[in-house]
Amino acid sequence: MSMVNSMQLSYLYQGFRDPATIHSLATEIKKLASGLDTDVNIMEVCGGHTHTIMKYGLLQLLPENIKFIHGPGCPVCVMPKERIDHAIALANQPNVILVSLGDMIRVPGSTGSLANHRAKGCDIRPIYDPLDTLKIAEDNPDKTVIFFAIGFETSTPMTAALIEQAEQQGVNNLLFHINHVLVPPAIDAVMAEKHAKVNAFIGPAHVSVISGAKIYQAAVDQYSTPVVVSGFEPVDVMQSILSIVKQKSANEAKLEVQYTRSVTFDGNVHAQQLVNRYFELRDEFRWRGLGPIAKSALKLKDEFIQRDAEHHFKSVLPTEPIDDHKACQCGDILRGLASPKECKVFGRGCSPQTPLGSCMVSSEGACNAYYRYGEIPHA
Amino acid sequence: MLDANKTIQLSHGGGGKEMDQLIKSLFFKAFDNPILRAEEDAAKLQLSGPVAFTTDSFTVSPLFFAGGNIGKLAIAGTVNDLAMMGAQPEYLSCSFIIEEGFSIAELKIIVESMAEELQQSGARIVCGDTKVVPRGCADGLFINTTGIGRIIMPNISTQNLSTDDVIIVSRDIGRHGAAILMAREGLELESDLTSDCASLWPMVEQLIAANIPIHAMRDATRGGLAAVLNEWAKASNVGINLIEKAIPIADEVKGLCELFGFEAHDLANEGTFVIALPREAADGAVEILQRYGHCEKACIIGNVVETHLGKVVLTTPWGSHRYLDLPQGELLPRIC
Repeated sequence: MSMVNSMQLSYLYQGFRDPATIHSLATEIKKLASGLDTDVNIMEVCGGHTHTIMKYGLLQLLPENIKFIHGPGCPVCVMPKERIDHAIALANQPNVILVSLGDMIRVPGSTGSLANHRAKGCDIRPIYDPLDTLKIAEDNPDKTVIFFAIGFETSTPMTAALIEQAEQQGVNNLLFHINHVLVPPAIDAVMAEKHAKVNAFIGPAHVSVISGAKIYQAAVDQYSTPVVVSGFEPVDVMQSILSIVKQKSANEAKLEVQYTRSVTFDGNVHAQQLVNRYFELRDEFRWRGLGPIAKSALKLKDEFIQRDAEHHFKSVLPTEPIDDHKACQCGDILRGLASPKECKVFGRGCSPQTPLGSCMVSSEGACNAYYRYGEIPHA
Repeated sequence: MLDANKTIQLSHGGGGKEMDQLIKSLFFKAFDNPILRAEEDAAKLQLSGPVAFTTDSFTVSPLFFAGGNIGKLAIAGTVNDLAMMGAQPEYLSCSFIIEEGFSIAELKIIVESMAEELQQSGARIVCGDTKVVPRGCADGLFINTTGIGRIIMPNISTQNLSTDDVIIVSRDIGRHGAAILMAREGLELESDLTSDCASLWPMVEQLIAANIPIHAMRDATRGGLAAVLNEWAKASNVGINLIEKAIPIADEVKGLCELFGFEAHDLANEGTFVIALPREAADGAVEILQRYGHCEKACIIGNVVETHLGKVVLTTPWGSHRYLDLPQGELLPRIC
């Protein structure tokens, strides 16, 4: 199969990176924003958007009264150290193969990262597609294969599909350690802060492809803030900013979908059913940087307890919460009370190679994006 | 005769008859030259004047990839290290560490492609070594090559960039890294994409012959274009400005980067190099490079400035700026 012979892949995205479109959106935003008497403090909930904003230098195209507060939506960043220690403890069990997604491999727990433990001899395999785990389990019938599942609503259905396949095919040596978290409770946690400055949200399109735009309706109603569900290309983000500025100018607070390419109000109902078949809400989940948030994460339903690594290996999994380094300001950064460069250890004690806090660990973290791309002043 | 249907045995590294047979019927045959044929304990070389000396070990997985194999890579890699110093590659050593059970037929293909690649630069393998290690102690085959070359153009250095130099890239970037990633297990992709793996001496020789005043020259191997330019900016204490839309990148490489969240300028190359030189010499250099089929995309991608010392700044097609940092950690696909 060679799609590139008939169609250039760039056709799929070049319109969304078109300089003329970006410039005219910037001009329109500037014109409308000049009429506003307050700052627009937009929280882009998802680290993918932070990445877009920094990588494409969008801040430089925006007027001073549009500010970004980088949100907690980076699945690797919000994993508390004790959960990373779970992964490491599991990987160190005899006859265990631990499987996880990309970035998870380099996040440090209290005794190094999974990459460090892989170097010491643990069998730890990074994968791209969760369903590849099925083959690893089938190829290693004498081993216990544990899928260390992370991610927001976007990636949960893939884990659910993996469980379904394992159930249907009777692959019984495949267990799961579930760390799937939810966007709306994180928004509530941010807004519960009495000094919260956020007055608009950009929601991630991929989450809403699954869960629908409807998951933000409560936030719009409760906090009277505009929410725009946005794609990840620079034109997408600029268009979403324009929608927010338009709402602010008209004194409105609405739920809008910019990413109409595939987001609907209700989302992918089939995927939601699949998720509901295997998962239920946890009473509480401790988020790195944000602390414990009620009903903010999922766990396996009791009827699938035989696949739950947290149940099987309970005796070896640490339970004590482990906080980040005292100097780390990730909690404030994730709640929008500080910017990465205001943190004393940014770029000094804390860098992508030796991260002290959650925002520096993953390429989607706010501090990591600032470190990589710099915050080059308005041109 | 060596039976191509068989596999390498520990005895092939034992110093006895089997090893002799392997060396004579495979290595000597492919790399034949009088110095190697002398079979002394060490090669005797006639050297005069300044020489460049380099070594590299090759452990690529998979051993065969679109556009080359570990053998071609082992020759091109060392030849290129010499060429980038303005040195004509002359003598190479070659050590094989082979895992017991390795296919002799595959070894033969690898050795033959090494011999073929040597013809690109005219360098000769004049000494070597063969070790066979028990199964499980190596990943199929490792190759080390060391090279010596006569420096023809002195003073090429990472510290030589000066303000008003321009930066040229010899071809589209990121192909080797992308081809290897595609061939790796777990990322099942199909594409016509091939590695850029190639010996660069023929092009460098022409640049030198045309008296192109090269200030710095580097093949953008591991760490890609980003690593080379960051090293230069630091070593010469200058700033480098890059024009994003000028950087040539094949559509397949862009596609892979889009899928997995990589950046083409972080991906490895094995036959792509970057030159810093005075602006007035740039057109001549580009013209020479473009004579070579795979370098038809050679172009100016940026320039050296006195601001943001030690940093590389990329200008987006819509005029905003960002730092282009060194890649960090292992390349892992993004999560969502």
